[in-house]
Amino acid sequence: MSPGNGLTIAVPRGALFAGTVDLLAGLGFDTEELRANDRKLLFEDIGVITMRPSDVPTYVEAGAADLGVTGKDVLLEQAAQRPGEGGREVYELLDLGYGRCTMVLASKAGPDPALEALRRLGVMRVATKYPRIAARYMEETGRQAEIVEVKGSVELAPLTGVVEAIIDLTATGTTLRENNLIVREEIVVCTARLIANPVAHKLKAASIDDLLERLRGLPATGVV
Amino acid sequence: MSSVGFNGKRMIHPIPSGTRDVLPEETREVRAITDTLRGVFERHEYGEVYTPALEYESVLARADLAEVQPSYRVFDESGAVLVLRSDMTVPIARVVATRYGSSEPPLRFCYFAHCYRGVRPQRGQPRELLQAGIELIGSPAPQGTAEALTVLCHALDATGLKDYRIGVGDASLFPALMASLKVPAPARPGLLEALARRDFVGLEHRLLEAGLEPQDAELLLGVPQRRGGPEVLTGAPAPAVEAVTGMRLVHELLEPAVAERVIFDLGLVRNIGYYTGAVFEVYDPALGGPLGGGGRYDDLLGRFGRRLPAVGFALDVDRLHVALAGEERGTGALLANEASR
Repeated sequence: MSPGNGLTIAVPRGALFAGTVDLLAGLGFDTEELRANDRKLLFEDIGVITMRPSDVPTYVEAGAADLGVTGKDVLLEQAAQRPGEGGREVYELLDLGYGRCTMVLASKAGPDPALEALRRLGVMRVATKYPRIAARYMEETGRQAEIVEVKGSVELAPLTGVVEAIIDLTATGTTLRENNLIVREEIVVCTARLIANPVAHKLKAASIDDLLERLRGLPATGVV
Repeated sequence: MSSVGFNGKRMIHPIPSGTRDVLPEETREVRAITDTLRGVFERHEYGEVYTPALEYESVLARADLAEVQPSYRVFDESGAVLVLRSDMTVPIARVVATRYGSSEPPLRFCYFAHCYRGVRPQRGQPRELLQAGIELIGSPAPQGTAEALTVLCHALDATGLKDYRIGVGDASLFPALMASLKVPAPARPGLLEALARRDFVGLEHRLLEAGLEPQDAELLLGVPQRRGGPEVLTGAPAPAVEAVTGMRLVHELLEPAVAERVIFDLGLVRNIGYYTGAVFEVYDPALGGPLGGGGRYDDLLGRFGRRLPAVGFALDVDRLHVALAGEERGTGALLANEASR
């Protein structure tokens, strides 16, 4: 049998790519072409498709991939925020351990401008690429917030006075420090997760369980 | 409501997202499916019923609907709250209690009806879905469950669906496991919720937080991941034996053609609160998600005043239609990713 047991796996480009390719190599996949060609999207010989991390749940939910790797941040952003509200219908099988980042609330160094806004105006403005996580966190902590969704560098928003704080993912904190921002609150730690399509999880149970078993057996990947 | 479209033309008369008009070509195909299903249901002596789309909220609230709470409410002339039904099982439970109070069970009903659910924007989820299903009232496990599974397979076979499988689990299995392993009561709803979402990472974290013995935590994490043929029913841990024995008894009653469609899934939990025993879901490789499901709801009728065990299933007719078309073209969901290999 092939290293992927005939399964199709959605692999995220970007920060989680290297860790995921190493994982596949550890399972015996031939990853040479995957590493060499960063424009190609479909690697049919080894059953891999590549895409941005936030698209992975979309393809896995639709069944275009049986399994996928993506960040917990992506899963949280796309999950149902309250009962009855349909989130992405994917199964979360394994914490892969790598790609460790923290979702934080940060604001400009010095006296916290977010606190001041909250105290004097009763509401703070928060820029983020994760509007649903941000809205839920502010709601859960009982604070009024205006969520400003941005697509590019979130750090720009507080520096230009558009918002008083940001909610964003940080690995080392370097970008925050370089922009004179400091972490005020840690919200949640996010790592890479292995997800599965619900129907594939049943119809291809033996192949998926075998792959899981081999993943858990890998020594140095940090699989939790 | 009206608005100006992208090209400056007036877009007129929109309909709510998640609803749609069904035009003759599609209607003909859907009608062929529902006629076929109706023929099978009637052959098995399930009588078709209609019930009102609007019901009193206070009446439907007798059932625990969990994730399929009614989403649409209106006031009538006297100020009473009416809801659009979110499924047909609860209305039929009401019908049995009010109109068949002294009839000799078992009672068999089938329906073809629109139900109404809330949606998340831009996900293509339907607000209005056409369900086709049966309810078998007064026939306990395992006979009743086996009959429902048999009718389900006969109905799907008759539509021409080829590669479907039925996942069968038991809603009482995981709660029984938690109770016997003395999981602290406050931790139980969270564990069950993580399992219902099939978030096995979250389940593991919560098991660690609950401070369980490692071997108990391993059992609670491992058992719900067991799925496959009848072999998963052997060697179950003691607290799961009752549920697993129930599944085996059902399996023994099934004719071979039905039995070979079944995948036993010890982690199957449906997101509707009223299920008490066997639960099932229908999968087809042409579709990325289930196209129907059902189970036993032995306590529901009692809430309406007539204590009878019951079992039923509902198929989402539009999803069944998509699966049939996908199988025909060999292009649906998991089929496409296999074809590309």
